[in-house]
Amino acid sequence: MPRRGRPPIEGDMLQGTLDVLVLKTLAMGPAHGHTIAHAIERRSEDVLQVEHGSLYPALHRLEDRGWIASFWGTSENNRRARYYRLTPKGRRQLQAQTTRWDEIVRAVNRILRPASE
Amino acid sequence: MSLRRFFRRRYWDEERARELEAYIAQEIDDNLARGMTPDQARRAAHRRLGNPTLIREDIYTMNSLGFVETIWQDLRYGARLLRRNPTFAIVAILTLALGTGANTAIFQIVDAVRLRTLPVENPDNLVEIRVRAPHGRTGSFMSNRPMLSEPLWKRIRAEQQVFSSLLAWGSANWNLASGGEIRPAQGLYVSGDYFPTLGITPAVGRLFTPADDVKGCAAPGVVIGNAFWKREFGGDASVVGRSILLDGHRLDIIGVAPAAFTGVDVGRVFDAAVPICADPIFRGPRTAIDKPDVWVLAAFGRVKPGVSFDQVLAQLDAISSGIFATTVSPRYNVNDAKEYQAFKLYATPASTGVSSLRGAYNDPLSILLAVTGLVLLIACANLANLMLARATAREREIAVRLAIGASQRRILRQMLSESLLIAGAGALGGLFVARWFSGFLVSFLSGDGGGTRLFVDLAPGWRVFGFTAAVAVGACLVFGLAPALRATRASLQSAMKAGRGMSDTRERFGLRRGLVVLQVSLSLVLVVVALLFVRSLRNLTHLDPGFRQDGVLVAHVDYRKSGLTPEAIPGFTRQIVQRLRAIPGVDGATQAFTTPVGGNFWNQHVVIGGQEQEGNVNFNSVGPGYFQAMATTLVAGRDFDDRDTQQSPKVAIVTESFAKKYFHGHDALGQSFQVVMEIGQARPMIQIVGIARDTKYSDLREPFTPLVFVATPQDAEPDVFPNFVIHATTSLPSVTAAVTRTLAELNPALSVQYQTVRAQVTGSLVRERLMATLSAFFGGLAVLIATIGLYGVMSYTVARRRVEIGIRMALGADRARVVWMIVREAALLLAAGVIAGAGLAVAAGRWARTLLYDLEPWDPLTIALAILALGSATLLASWLPARRASRLAPTTALREE
Repeated sequence: MPRRGRPPIEGDMLQGTLDVLVLKTLAMGPAHGHTIAHAIERRSEDVLQVEHGSLYPALHRLEDRGWIASFWGTSENNRRARYYRLTPKGRRQLQAQTTRWDEIVRAVNRILRPASE
Repeated sequence: MSLRRFFRRRYWDEERARELEAYIAQEIDDNLARGMTPDQARRAAHRRLGNPTLIREDIYTMNSLGFVETIWQDLRYGARLLRRNPTFAIVAILTLALGTGANTAIFQIVDAVRLRTLPVENPDNLVEIRVRAPHGRTGSFMSNRPMLSEPLWKRIRAEQQVFSSLLAWGSANWNLASGGEIRPAQGLYVSGDYFPTLGITPAVGRLFTPADDVKGCAAPGVVIGNAFWKREFGGDASVVGRSILLDGHRLDIIGVAPAAFTGVDVGRVFDAAVPICADPIFRGPRTAIDKPDVWVLAAFGRVKPGVSFDQVLAQLDAISSGIFATTVSPRYNVNDAKEYQAFKLYATPASTGVSSLRGAYNDPLSILLAVTGLVLLIACANLANLMLARATAREREIAVRLAIGASQRRILRQMLSESLLIAGAGALGGLFVARWFSGFLVSFLSGDGGGTRLFVDLAPGWRVFGFTAAVAVGACLVFGLAPALRATRASLQSAMKAGRGMSDTRERFGLRRGLVVLQVSLSLVLVVVALLFVRSLRNLTHLDPGFRQDGVLVAHVDYRKSGLTPEAIPGFTRQIVQRLRAIPGVDGATQAFTTPVGGNFWNQHVVIGGQEQEGNVNFNSVGPGYFQAMATTLVAGRDFDDRDTQQSPKVAIVTESFAKKYFHGHDALGQSFQVVMEIGQARPMIQIVGIARDTKYSDLREPFTPLVFVATPQDAEPDVFPNFVIHATTSLPSVTAAVTRTLAELNPALSVQYQTVRAQVTGSLVRERLMATLSAFFGGLAVLIATIGLYGVMSYTVARRRVEIGIRMALGADRARVVWMIVREAALLLAAGVIAGAGLAVAAGRWARTLLYDLEPWDPLTIALAILALGSATLLASWLPARRASRLAPTTALREE
C-alpha cells in the first residue's frame, strides 16, 4: 500500500492517471462522484473502465491536497450528492500533469515507434 | 494529510459513507431508467461500486497518522498486559509514584525557598548590602534580619554611586487586638523607596513613596498584605481610608500589596507595612532611629546598568571606612569601637530574595533531596529488575514476533511504550503524592515553630512539573530501554529452541544480581542515615535539660497600654503573681525574663576580683519560686525571696558550670562578682546566694553553659513585657482561661500571649524531627523496595532452578539443605550490598554530621542496627521462595521439562 501523504510514487501510472482524469473531468464544471465515473468511461469510449469504488479514495486524496473542493448539492434527479469542483491549485496541477503526460506519451512513442524512415 | 482530518476521522468516515450511499442511489435510478427491475438495479449498482467497507477503510487509513496510530495501539496493548499482571503494575507504579512524588515535593520546597526569583521587576540586578564583621557585632539585634543599623543605612544610601536605587526593611510583630489575648500580625518597616525600587504596583490604593518616609512622620499610614486584606477585610476594594490597630496605634490603610508579592524575605509574609519613620511611634524611647548599635534593617540595592558586581564590591569596600569611622555608637567601649571601625561593607546577589529558612534548612533540604534521589534510584533499579524478569519471561513471545517479521524497532517501541505507560502513571501518581507530601512538609515546618507563620508558595510551577517529568522519563528510559534492547538482541534460535527459562544467560542474571546489590547498598545508606537522625532526635528528647518540660505555661504580658507608672509596676507584678498562685491547680508561678529555649537572649561579661573574665555568660532574671516552678534543683544556698528588693544588696544564683568555670571548684557560695556595664555606669557587687544545677539556656543542642540568675525585684528598670511562668498540675487549657480572666480583672488593657515550655522545646526541634521522620520513612521505603527486589530475584532463581532442585531432592537432599542453598545465595548478595553500602553510608553520614547531636556519623551501633534491620528483612524475603523450593515435589518438577 502506498504511503499516505506523499506524492504518487513515480511510475505508479494508474493512480496518477486516475487523478489527472478526475481533474480533467472537473475542469468542465462541478460534478458528483457518480457523474465523474460515468463521464470518464463515456469520454474514453469505454476503454478506461474505472472501478467506481476506487474513485472515492482518489477524490478524498485530491481534496486532501487541496486540488479539488467539495460541497453537498442536489443532483439532476433530485437526490442529495456530494459535488466536487476544481480549485485554482487543482487547475495548475492539471496543467502540469497534462504537460507531464504528454512528455511521457512522446517518450514512450519514441521507443515504441522509432522514426525508422 | 491534515491533522484536522486525523482528529475528525470518524466524521469523515460517516461523510464518505453518505457519499457512497448517494452513488448507489444514483446508479439505481440510472439502472431503473435502463429498464432493470428494482432488485437487478440494486445488485448491479453494488457490483459497479465494489465493496464499500473496503473503500471506507482505504479512506480511513488515509486519515490516520501511522506513527500515532501504532503508538496508541502499543499503549493499549501495554495497558492490557499491565491489567493482566496487576501485581507487577501496582508495585511498579507505586514505587515510581512514591519515588517521583517525594522528589517533586522536596524539589518544590527547594525551588520555593532557594531557586525561585522574587516576583519583582528585574530581580537579577538586586544585591543585598551586608556588613563583614570578623569578630561579630555588638549591640542589640531586632527584626528577622538585622544586617544594618538605621544610621548606617542612611549613610550608605547617601554615599554610594553604584546603585540606581536602594531599599531597606526591618520586621516586627504587632498586636491587632486592643486588649486580652494577642492577635499577632507580621509587620514590616520599609523605606520609602522599598516599593518603587522593586517595581511593585498596588492591588488597591497606593504604596509608599519616599515622600511617606520622612523623619518624624506623625500619621504614616499603612500598606497591608494581600492575604491579610482577604482575611481581615474579605478583599473589600473600598478598604483604603479605613484603619487598623497595630500595637494600640490606629493607622489609616493607604493601599494593598499585590497577591504575588509577600515581601523579599521568602517564607515570611507581611501582614502590614509602615515606613521606617514610624519606628518611634511603636518603639517609643527604644526606637532604632539614629542608634548605630541597634541592628534592625536589611537593605537591597539595584545595581546601575553597566556596573559590574565587582565594581559594586569595590565601591562598598571603598566607602566602608568613612562610614564606620563616623557612626561609632557612644555606648561602645574602646574595644567595641575599634572592632566596629574595622567593619567592611559587601554585597551578595539577591535575585531570589533572602530567607531565614535558607540558613536553617539548606543542609536538611539538600540531604532530603539526596535521600529522595536515592529512593528514586532504588525504585528504578527495582523496576529495571522487574522489567528484566518480564522481558525474560516474554523472550519466546518476542522471538516469535521477530521471526514472523516484526522489526526490532517496532518491538522496542512497543516495550518502550509499556514502560512509558508505567512512567506516566507513576509520574501522575507522583504529582498527587507530591501535593500531599509538600503540604505536609510546610505544615511540619511552620507547625509549632514558635508563632512564626510560614508561607511558601507551592503552586506547582513549570519547574516542578518539568522536574517530575524529567525524573519519570529518565526512569522510564533506564528501566525500559535496557531490558528491551536485551530482549531483541537475544539470539532468535536459542530463544525459540529453549524451554521455560532455560534461555537465561549468565550475563543477564548477573545484571539482575548487580541491581539487587545496588539496591541493598543504597538502602543501607538510607537506613543508616535514618537511624542517625532518629537516634540524634532521641538523644535530644531524652537528655536531661535541667528543667521541667511538661505542665509549664508561659504567659507573655504586655503592660504598655495598662497606664501603669514605672514605679507601680513591681507592685503590680507581685500582685499578679499572688493571684496566679491562687488559681486552682497552679502550684508555682513567678516572673522571668526568659524561659529555656524561649527565644530571648541576654549575655554579659562578668568581672571577678576586678578582672574582666573571658567569654560571654548567659543571664536570666527570675522571681522567687522560679526554680521550684521549673523543677531546677538548687544544690546549695537559697532561692530568691522577699528579702531581695531594690534596696537590699544585689544577689544572684549561678549554675554549677558557672561556679566551676569562674571559681575553679572552690565554694562559689557567698562569693561576689560584677557585670561589665557601659562606661560611666556603676558596677554593683553581686553576691552569689545559691547554686543551681545546670540547665539549658537557649538551645537544647548546646552544651551546658555558665548561667547567672538575678532577682527580678532588683532589676534596674521594670519590665513592661514580663513573662510569667506557671506550673500547674491540672490541664493547661483550663489554667490558660483562668489566667486570662485573672489578668482582665486586674487590668483590662493588658495583652497576653501564651506558650508552653513543651511547645517551645518541640518548636526548637522541628528540624531534627523533620529529618528523623522523613529519613525514617524513606529508609523504611527503601528497605521495602529492596526487599521486594530481592524477593523477585530469589523467586526467579527458584523458578529457574526447579529442575536442578528436583534432581537434588530426588537424589536425597533434604529440605534444610535446599533452603540453605537458596538463602546462601541471597546472603551473598546481601553481603556484597552491605559491604558496598557501609562505605557509602559512612561518607553520607559525614555530610549529615552538623545535623547530628551527640552522635558520630560512623557510630558502630547505628551501622550494626542498620545491617541487622536490612539483613533480617531481606533474608525473610529470600526465605519465602526458599521454603517454596523445599516443598517442591521432585516428580512434579522433573515431569515439567
